[in-house]
Amino acid sequence: MSEPATDPLPDPSIARAQASGSTGSAGGSSHRRLLALIVKEYAQIRRDPSTFLIAFAMPLLLLFLFGYAISLDPRETRVALVVQDDSAPAARLAQAYVHSPYFDVTPLNAVIPARALMEEGAIHGFVVIPPDFGRSVARGAPRPIQIVTDGTQPNQATFIASYAEGVRLNWMASEMAMRAGEARATGMGPPIDVSQRMWFNPGLQSRYFLVPGAIAIVMTMIGTLLTALVVAREWERGTMEALLATPMRMIEFILSKVLPYFLLGMGSMALCTVIAVTAFGLPFRGSIFALFAIAAAFLLPALGLGLFISAGTRNQFVASQVALLASFLPTFLLSGFIFEIGSMPWPIQALTYAVPARYLIPALQTVFMAGDIWPIILPNILIMLGFGLLFFILCFRATRRSLD
Amino acid sequence: MADPIAPSVGVAAPVATATGIVKIFGEARALDGVDLAVVPGKVTGLVGPDGAGKTTLIRVLAGLMASDEGAVSILEGPPAERLDAIGYMPQRFGLYEDLTVRENLVLYAEMRGLPREAQESVFRRLLEFTDLARFQARPAGKLSGGMKQKLGLACALVSTPPLLLLDEPGVGVDPISRRELWAMVAELTREGIGVLWSTAYLDEAELCDTVYLLSEGRMLFTGPPAELTGAIHNRVIRVTGFAERRREALTRALDRPDVIDGTLQGRAIRLLIGEGEKVPDAAALDMGPDTQVTPTPARFEDGFIERLGGGPEGTSALAAAYREIPASDAPAIEAKGLTKRFGEFTAAQDVSFTVPRGHIFGLLGPNGAGKSTTFKMLCGLLTPSEGSGSVAGYDLRRAAARARSSLGYMAQKFSLYGDLSVAQNLDFFAGAYDLSGAEAREAIARVTEIFELGAHLKRNAGTLPLGFKQRLALACAVMHEPPVLFLDEPTSGVDPVMRREFWTHINGLVRRGVTVLVTTHFMDEAEYCDDVTLIYRARQIASGPPDSLKAQAARLTGKDDPTMEDAFIALIEASDADGEAEEAA
Amino acid sequence: MPVLQLPARFTRLRAMIVKEIWALLRDPKSRIVLVLPPLIQLFIFTFATTLDVKNVDIGLVDRSGGVHAQELLQRIEGSPRFRDVIVLPSMAAMEQAIDEQQVLAAIVIQDDFDQRLARGQSATLGLVLDGRRSNAAQIVAGYVSQIAGGYGAELAPISARQGGSSAVTHWYNPSLDYMWFTLPGLVALIISIAGIAITSQAVARERELGTFDQLMVSPMRVHEILIGMMMPPLLVGMFNGMLFLVVAQVAFGVPFTGSFLLFIVAMIFYQLALIGMGLLVSAMSMTQQQAFLGSFIVTVPLILLSGYAAPIENMPDWLQVITYADPVRYFLIIVQGLFLKAMPASVVFHQLWPLGVIALVSLSAAAWLFRARME
Repeated sequence: MSEPATDPLPDPSIARAQASGSTGSAGGSSHRRLLALIVKEYAQIRRDPSTFLIAFAMPLLLLFLFGYAISLDPRETRVALVVQDDSAPAARLAQAYVHSPYFDVTPLNAVIPARALMEEGAIHGFVVIPPDFGRSVARGAPRPIQIVTDGTQPNQATFIASYAEGVRLNWMASEMAMRAGEARATGMGPPIDVSQRMWFNPGLQSRYFLVPGAIAIVMTMIGTLLTALVVAREWERGTMEALLATPMRMIEFILSKVLPYFLLGMGSMALCTVIAVTAFGLPFRGSIFALFAIAAAFLLPALGLGLFISAGTRNQFVASQVALLASFLPTFLLSGFIFEIGSMPWPIQALTYAVPARYLIPALQTVFMAGDIWPIILPNILIMLGFGLLFFILCFRATRRSLD
Repeated sequence: MADPIAPSVGVAAPVATATGIVKIFGEARALDGVDLAVVPGKVTGLVGPDGAGKTTLIRVLAGLMASDEGAVSILEGPPAERLDAIGYMPQRFGLYEDLTVRENLVLYAEMRGLPREAQESVFRRLLEFTDLARFQARPAGKLSGGMKQKLGLACALVSTPPLLLLDEPGVGVDPISRRELWAMVAELTREGIGVLWSTAYLDEAELCDTVYLLSEGRMLFTGPPAELTGAIHNRVIRVTGFAERRREALTRALDRPDVIDGTLQGRAIRLLIGEGEKVPDAAALDMGPDTQVTPTPARFEDGFIERLGGGPEGTSALAAAYREIPASDAPAIEAKGLTKRFGEFTAAQDVSFTVPRGHIFGLLGPNGAGKSTTFKMLCGLLTPSEGSGSVAGYDLRRAAARARSSLGYMAQKFSLYGDLSVAQNLDFFAGAYDLSGAEAREAIARVTEIFELGAHLKRNAGTLPLGFKQRLALACAVMHEPPVLFLDEPTSGVDPVMRREFWTHINGLVRRGVTVLVTTHFMDEAEYCDDVTLIYRARQIASGPPDSLKAQAARLTGKDDPTMEDAFIALIEASDADGEAEEAA
Repeated sequence: MPVLQLPARFTRLRAMIVKEIWALLRDPKSRIVLVLPPLIQLFIFTFATTLDVKNVDIGLVDRSGGVHAQELLQRIEGSPRFRDVIVLPSMAAMEQAIDEQQVLAAIVIQDDFDQRLARGQSATLGLVLDGRRSNAAQIVAGYVSQIAGGYGAELAPISARQGGSSAVTHWYNPSLDYMWFTLPGLVALIISIAGIAITSQAVARERELGTFDQLMVSPMRVHEILIGMMMPPLLVGMFNGMLFLVVAQVAFGVPFTGSFLLFIVAMIFYQLALIGMGLLVSAMSMTQQQAFLGSFIVTVPLILLSGYAAPIENMPDWLQVITYADPVRYFLIIVQGLFLKAMPASVVFHQLWPLGVIALVSLSAAAWLFRARME
């Protein structure tokens, strides 16, 4: 190759003058460095596939799973009905089960096949209407029906037992009404009738509380996992080394990570909210302001934790493992969005107080379903901000400006 | 602040000094009392094999690490307060692969506070200087190794610092890019910049103004390179016209007590004679009537070897214990019209050659030219799009498994299981190559003894010193006594004594009938080859013994006695000229 | 030199398996994968993944002030399900308590409650529930109904008692102990997490170490490499499975009523299916980080669609069809059956053959992809 063109470089004296000038007024160019770092981060976010995966593909997958695929709404549980009596009352009771919106009934005429179906999990319970049932009803002393449930799934078992009993009670009321006429029957209902009103979620749709949980996971993934990964990547690819050799200060570097991923987290949260409300029909009864305040308060500890993790592990693989253990799993298990904190033993309940998502979930659920109830939202926001402060202090203490 | 740089005025004050630097990692003393000074307007070389402590020292100078003892001063201040004055290019260039060439430049210009109004002209000049103007919009990750290097340099130069620290800028770069890089650095020193250039390539040391030779954390030598070579300048001879085959001649010469080092150089051998020994004449060497002995200029590497106490003996214990590969007229390695296409892109086009039993064949070429693709097709890692290949008589398509069991493979990067012990690595590779029971035990015992691995058997392979890693890798590759060996840049970054030891084994094996295929852009490795082929832009542009390539280059350039590196560059430039002529036609 | 005799095949395979096991035991990262997650899972998952509802605070607005209301209040306070009954002075206070999540539910006793009961009429108990946690609230509603129903039945006139009754039996888990559900399910879940996470790292780790090419140029066949790579997850899975089998019985008293042999056979089938999926992820990823994200994206849906967290019957129909490809679904039924139901071999087999099919398909796909991605 030929010699390079003459005078290939700027006059060093300019640079020197400039260099000596900038040592005196480092603060003056600080915002320029920060801006340049943020522009760089933005370009990387746009081009890196793993960012895309975590910030867009993963939220959509989680939203789909929690908003659409899985549902804890109890309906149409598969049960069998063993009718050992062919009288009219027995047939009416059987009809009551078949018509119940809660059961998907398989009629059988013996217990043995029901046992087999239970064993393989094809049904979760069965009801036996015993022989001689019709005559016993006529005698005024009905034989008890048998309700058998599959106890391997305790919640389902409780549900079947109480709803199967409910169907029987209704049937009984109408039987009595038939025999004794309208007037008496009103007095013959169950002596204490419980009239339920489910506030905020009258349709008992589990997605109402699962989707806010999914949004919490999404923000955790972006705030903690993605941030830990991108900082670890700087170390791994050697770009950190090059940056450290420039006059950059650590605070500029940290801010250049916090600001873009904060915006990305907010954007992803907003996207999820729009999809949740439009596609999954979630109510949104609070204000946008409250939603953003809650999300912002949560993203601070999430980002702080991510930066703290990456300060300790300068390797993407280790960072991702630690982020999973320290953020995703606690958010999933210990935030109370699926699993009831109150039912956990006290050491684990105590642990949940250290999980920032524990404070996010009630605030989010409230702003979606109930409205701006500040007595709930505000304390949670303050606690999350406190965690944010703590993690950032830890992060600054752990981040040293050196390769040692 | 006083102007720290006084270009071309006598002996200038150093821009950077380090005195008595000690750096300890755990138990290991990575640097053990090291002194160094970088002078403005000069290239200061920091030379040494991998693991010598070069990177640690540069990081201490750049303020990225604190030393345990000693002092560093950059422009009479601590490094942390002189970050504006330091241009630093880390080993992996510090480029953002997702960002374009231009975005990388803008980032570093902003980080270093280059005034916005000056940026446009600085970028223009830097892009012109590095010949990257055409690739401004290309992501850095999509650049070739040489171009990344230049961009890394440009990024370190945006604000024209008085001190430029370059950590192994020449590693993994082919001779052409390396030469361009040196031209750029020469330009910078003319501007008065003090450059510290670290390298494991000893031939680069000769290009520096001052050299610091670092080995295992200590300075072996400090001064102008000529001082080191000057001490031995009468003791290097070139022997030609001997009767024996060159490898036998070299082995015998190395076994002489007065010879402390020797290498092959085409048809000739080059010997370094020990201090205080009489330089032997043709008669003393006893290599046949036509033997000629001529003095030849000493090289930096000779000086290094001398300081390390000389190279190994010429006889290889490995070769002595190796089976004799049966003679055969059939070629041991054959490539017939090998072509590899990845989508639209042709990585290798119609590559053909044959390697007879007991020969070393070299694949040369710049990075990305197609030599690795060809190499990978021949060892079965890639399936050729067209053409065929065979190893030890087994066709790669029809009998790939047999072909694979007939070859031993050694990768450039240490690629054994670092978390397994030495013994476990040996066990695994014995089993992987079908050695079982007594056979395996015997093979493992043999290589353990030959390579002196006994004391390290329980140690994790990843924690071995570099030289032992090299030995273990070779041990694993030859345990099953394959008739063919594939070596991918086997000795890059290794200290010269280790490299000699390695080639002593290879030469010995070749005399036993083993056939070797080697890829390299290390030119003295090319000299060991019987034949080489030069691959450029996916095609073979020249083939033949190293001497004939050098002769071709001599005709092209009119230069007497060109080195292998000269030949490499001349042939590639001629190929470029042909290509342009064709395009023009 | 005996290059291609028959025993040689086993030499290579044996070497590969031994190497993988050593790598598992010596690589510090693997050791973490081996020890840490099972411990965390054991202590956190077991106690945390409960859909049981206990220790609930409930509000009470008592406008009647009568004895029946008092009696009912005492019964609710006496129930182990509830922690505190907070007496609220007014409907407004009740509203606030629910809004601010001081209570999950509130009972409202109207002022004519006692009078009506005293007159032998039926009375209505109002129950307001916080639908933000509708799942838990519903279960609480069930508890309240039971208590109210029980008390009502005692008060009911004789004629109403003649309406009959029902005998409720919970098979397999008579006291409906939630741990009996959690622990068998966790065996399925934890094996799936470990299986996929470890397998997915296998190829990427070799690629990052630079040993992948080294393997590919050896005479090792693709199936030998793959079988070798299957060993670590298989061993870790077995280890975790056994650990949980023992812990479930010894520490939590969950009975294991089925055949141990069937359990082992089913575990192997299940793990092969998971490993096939893990190897697919592995063959697709170039770096360990990609493998990690890949395994995450695969594992989360596998678990959520398995029926553990939410019943499969509740899913949309087309999604129910997709769950037939989810190995966790089948093993969950097997493991619950073997623990609690003494599930016979014939029933286990019904769930076993789909696992076999999934294993066959995913392993063949992985082998194919592995070969295709070599270039």
